[in-house]
Amino acid sequence: MRYFLRRLIQAAFLLTGVSILTFLFSTLAPGNYFDEMRLNPQISPETVAALRAQYQLDQPLPLRYGRWVNSVLHGEMGFSFAYNSPVRPLLWTRARNTLLLTLSATLIAWALALPLGVLSAATRGRLPDRSLSWATAAALVIPDLVFALALLILAVRSGWFPTGGIVSVGFESLSPIQKFLDLASHMALPVLALVFSALPALLRHVRAAVREVLDAPFLRAAASHGIPRRILLYRYALRAAANPLISLFGFSIGALLSGSLLVEVVMSWPGLGPLLLESILARDLYVVIGGVLFSTIFLVAGNFLADIFIYWADPRIRTGKAAR
Amino acid sequence: MIRYRGWKQWLLVLAVLHGTIAAAGFLAPYDPTEQDREHPYLPPMKLHLVDSQGHFHFRPFFYALHPRDGSLDQFEESSGQVQPLGFLVSGRPYRLLGLVPSRLHLFGAQTSKIYLLGSDAYGRDQLSRILYGGQISLLAGLLGAGLTLCFGVLIGATAGYYGGWRDGLLMRLAELFVALPWLYLLLALRAFLPLSVRPVQAFFLIVLVIGAVGWARPARLVRGVVLSAKERDFVRAARGFGATDGYLLRRHILPETSSVILTQAAILVPQFVLAEMTLSFLGLGVPEPTPSWGSLLASLEQYSVLVSYWWMYLPALAIVPFFLGYLGLASALQQEISVEKIEGKTGGDVW
Repeated sequence: MRYFLRRLIQAAFLLTGVSILTFLFSTLAPGNYFDEMRLNPQISPETVAALRAQYQLDQPLPLRYGRWVNSVLHGEMGFSFAYNSPVRPLLWTRARNTLLLTLSATLIAWALALPLGVLSAATRGRLPDRSLSWATAAALVIPDLVFALALLILAVRSGWFPTGGIVSVGFESLSPIQKFLDLASHMALPVLALVFSALPALLRHVRAAVREVLDAPFLRAAASHGIPRRILLYRYALRAAANPLISLFGFSIGALLSGSLLVEVVMSWPGLGPLLLESILARDLYVVIGGVLFSTIFLVAGNFLADIFIYWADPRIRTGKAAR
Repeated sequence: MIRYRGWKQWLLVLAVLHGTIAAAGFLAPYDPTEQDREHPYLPPMKLHLVDSQGHFHFRPFFYALHPRDGSLDQFEESSGQVQPLGFLVSGRPYRLLGLVPSRLHLFGAQTSKIYLLGSDAYGRDQLSRILYGGQISLLAGLLGAGLTLCFGVLIGATAGYYGGWRDGLLMRLAELFVALPWLYLLLALRAFLPLSVRPVQAFFLIVLVIGAVGWARPARLVRGVVLSAKERDFVRAARGFGATDGYLLRRHILPETSSVILTQAAILVPQFVLAEMTLSFLGLGVPEPTPSWGSLLASLEQYSVLVSYWWMYLPALAIVPFFLGYLGLASALQQEISVEKIEGKTGGDVW
């Protein structure tokens, strides 16, 4: 229990750190949302000043930070000037879409990386290993922006997949199965792009971790006892190699969030990415801060999940005698 | 595992690639901002050696394009008049590497303009824009990586050498930066800098932002090397003789980190080129009309471009050989280092 408590405190520190950091950056900002209004002759400087005062942009930073933390605790996360509403409900629907994308991509990427990585490690130097490492090298060479755009062109030209959006027009009138299929066909391209961007690195790590374990004496002993290869690889080797991979699982969520931002913009998926971009261009301060904070929360949640897995998988941590 | 040949071969490959981009002024037939409103979205032209009458020409030539009858966006070659390609012709003045003024271009055409990779919405030559755009993207990546490595070495050396509260503070900060999704961080930093600025300012802003995001990883690696290096016997001996901190760091400790820094550079440069592309693609980079690989791709966000003008995708492919070169270099360097049996973790995994 103390282990989880310590992790929770670390997560709280991380979130506080990120929020302070983004707030500090925001004071460096040479403009704000109301600057545009100043150019408009119909709006008097007094009105702009009054608006600034109303949203407390004229007050010193620590005070603004305090007020913002207060509004976070009340579930508002500040106020969006452009949407004229509290930030949290605004971010919430977008975050849900991003989460849908990122989670599916994470699951698919890991579901592919584990067996392929084990295969690659087990056939070290032979054809499957060689072809897989060529494939990962080729995939590493193609940046995700390039791949996502190529997918988009393919989709537009072939018409196999819908491009943009999350559901078709008239989604509400579909039957549950049709709804699922519609959603899945909209998700197919962005998820594919994300899996492509994450898979090569994961595959390499799985391969390296499993290969290291395969040389261990206990596995040679098990092999010479005649334990079937399948069981040997998946029950013994993979479990022994699990520890660094689980930590990687937490990190992979962070990488996928970054990838997701770009893919969302390219494929016009209504997630956090397009909203963040839009609010940056409009200088909608609190939405930007909220967006960054939401992504950090996902990350923290992912790492926490990884911690739970490690706790379950590694008895050394349960007994409080962690090697590291 | 793929066998990476020596790092020198990869360095040569990269030198050739970078040289091509650096010589953009000479290789590109036109100025990247030169418009030709009469010819928007011309498809790439083909070079021929045999004309429509079956005659063979030693000098490669092309045919000017004109719209097919009754069509606005379908083009065909006007096969009547042969347009010979001129080599080493005099054209628009430019400055090679920004210094040497010249008018000499590798190739060009006299009577009709040649678009080997097609033209964009304003009739600007796509080939010239890709070559010049590479200068912006690559320079941003290189300078950004240089900046980030400077930060990384400074911070890592301070944390590792002095230890104590400095170490604690700096490494907590590094953890924060490593943990955050880098694109969100990049955008958040960019969000709070001026949006509409002149191209040169925008370029340095981007370099600054990119450089400020990535310092944490190299800093952690450098710290590790410094930690082990400062306990080496010759370093202790030098300290015993009364060497100052600055001297010890400069003469004995930082040279130990060079292999880590080189490997990190090979990993970071392509990432940062991609970061510049991403920012420009999102419209937060160097503004029009200055081309960069990212802003060239931004036109693909229009549906009509996506459907009809496939050559607008070509800038995306320009980065692939560079990625290949840097990936090869990083892997070769890592192998080199593991052969040298340098203690401790050096580069981590590529990407």
